[in-house]
Amino acid sequence: MRKFKSLLVAFVLVVFAASTLLAGCAKKTEEPAKQEETKKIKVGLVFDVGGRGDKSFNDAAYAGLERAQKEFGDKIEVKYLEPSAGGENREQLLRLLAQDKYDLIFGVGFMFTDSIAKVAKDFPETKFALIDGYVPDLKEDSNISCLLFKEHEGSFLVGAAAALKSKTGKIGFVGGMKIPLIEKFEAGYIAGAKYINPNIQVLSDYIGTTGEAFKDPVKGKELTLKQIKNGADVIYHASGASGVGVIEAAASQKKFAIGVDSDQSLTAPEAQRPYILTSMLKRVDTAVFETIKSMVDNNFKGGYKEFGLKEDGVGYAENEFNKDLIADIKPKLEEIKTKIINGEIKVPTSKKELQ
Amino acid sequence: MGDIMEMLASALRMTIPVLITALGAIFSERSGVTNIGLEGMMMTGAFWGAYGALHYGPVGGFLLAIAMGMLVALIHAVVTVTYRVDQIVSGVAINILAYGLARFFSIALFGMATTSPSVEGLPKIDIPVLKNISVLKPIATDISPIIILGILLVFVTYWVLEKTVFGLRLKAVGENPLAADTLGVKVIPYRYIGVIISGAFAGLAGAYLSIEHTHMYVEGMTQGKGFIALAAMIFGNWMPYGSFWASFLFGFAEAISMRVVQSKVVPYQFIKMIPYVLTLLVLAGVVRKAQPPASVGIPYSREGD
Repeated sequence: MRKFKSLLVAFVLVVFAASTLLAGCAKKTEEPAKQEETKKIKVGLVFDVGGRGDKSFNDAAYAGLERAQKEFGDKIEVKYLEPSAGGENREQLLRLLAQDKYDLIFGVGFMFTDSIAKVAKDFPETKFALIDGYVPDLKEDSNISCLLFKEHEGSFLVGAAAALKSKTGKIGFVGGMKIPLIEKFEAGYIAGAKYINPNIQVLSDYIGTTGEAFKDPVKGKELTLKQIKNGADVIYHASGASGVGVIEAAASQKKFAIGVDSDQSLTAPEAQRPYILTSMLKRVDTAVFETIKSMVDNNFKGGYKEFGLKEDGVGYAENEFNKDLIADIKPKLEEIKTKIINGEIKVPTSKKELQ
Repeated sequence: MGDIMEMLASALRMTIPVLITALGAIFSERSGVTNIGLEGMMMTGAFWGAYGALHYGPVGGFLLAIAMGMLVALIHAVVTVTYRVDQIVSGVAINILAYGLARFFSIALFGMATTSPSVEGLPKIDIPVLKNISVLKPIATDISPIIILGILLVFVTYWVLEKTVFGLRLKAVGENPLAADTLGVKVIPYRYIGVIISGAFAGLAGAYLSIEHTHMYVEGMTQGKGFIALAAMIFGNWMPYGSFWASFLFGFAEAISMRVVQSKVVPYQFIKMIPYVLTLLVLAGVVRKAQPPASVGIPYSREGD
């Protein structure tokens, strides 16, 4: 009897645990589906590791979704999902949306590359948009659109900003997961800094080698503190939610941090704002919005779309909090921006090219 | 010298959450209950710490985190002590449960699945006397009070386990529950208390991460520290002082891995492995001599089935 009882308790416990896990990524519908004469375009979006509220990459995607909802109102119906903590159920969530007859489905982040390629094949009628990922051999009539960014161009600008502001001749970079995508940020940043001051020293660190590295603010902070002790006085991060640790460390030592993806001055607490020099904007919101717009206008195109300085897809942030901080270097930054756009400055896209 | 002290300060900050959790684990294991749910309890502490700190200030945050850690531990105790479910199974379930609950409440309370708004920490303090010695400055000034508390807890744990009636009875329950029971020591309540203390400590450690270290909760921010704490406690031979050195070894290895000069010869992945490899080596090399409490992991019942 006791054996049976304990088995029963174990069973109940596991079921309970599993159900909370599922509850965590339960579906969220923004609006109840109303029966209307015109058919709504159903837009689904699955976030990356870190999820909404990372004050960076995912929040930028969410901003694009919000904007589309505001502008197209009842023409579209929006739903977003967050993958489980390790992100293993990415493909499952995409499939779920596709089966629910969503017309356009976003995968936010390069981690979706394989799952989108797979799911898109099974649902040829559904359109997919992949942010930051590259699926080879796409054509205009493919049902996948890869939205890519020239992060190196934006990073070049903030690298120049860091070099212009540095008093010690040393600046820092904290990356999340060590992968080519993040090294692209690093390469552009270093090139930009060296463009201003060829002798500048750039201290580079990465938090880890798995997706977990994008949500380890503890290590982000420790690495930043180390860089500051070694003399860095401006630190740029490309580490998702780990970046809150980077900014926290820089602010606590009264040094500058540079945010990434979203304008992080806007979401930082009051006390940290004076120490956020600027942010490298990656207009994921624009990319998401434009893609939804193309669906609404009925001219969705598969293939590759690149967002660089020219397309206003990347850039540096200016807001009411950092206006005075960057006032003195703004002319220089604008000059560099023009030079990149018209090809006078060639920005390296990888660490190999940098050398 | 300054650099070394700087590294020690960083090592200490990385040590504290592991240390506090490991100390708690001693109470649970010495009473005879294996607790691999520490990671989940830390995560619970990190989440509720941030929530409490947001609404009731940092002290409120710590208290709430401790209470919630105890609550999760209570589940483990009910399941393993009263219903005598396999302790590993329950621990695994607790970890999954804690992850799910943290996300559930995060969506419910913060409106975001994975992060909290930023919160205020406790005021930083300087250690009197030591702060005047310039070499010690990095580890004696501007530090979190929880670091001091963590180190004091090492001595408190030692004193409780070795010098108090409660501690001696707790250990007796973990070594030979039948003998203890025969002598009138109530096994079940002692095991409950042991497990619940480990939950309180893990909750405190988790809250240290969110409230003190990064001033914000981020999902998964415990990054396996609960498991490292369990390893540290085993390496420390179920003793407070041993656990301190083991935790410090881990914190130190983390600090080193952050400072290893990057070279083209050694792949980055290997540098990041240092703390874990070190932990493994130490466990493999030292733990062979370890002496776990004789009855740890074995549910107790008077009928003895």
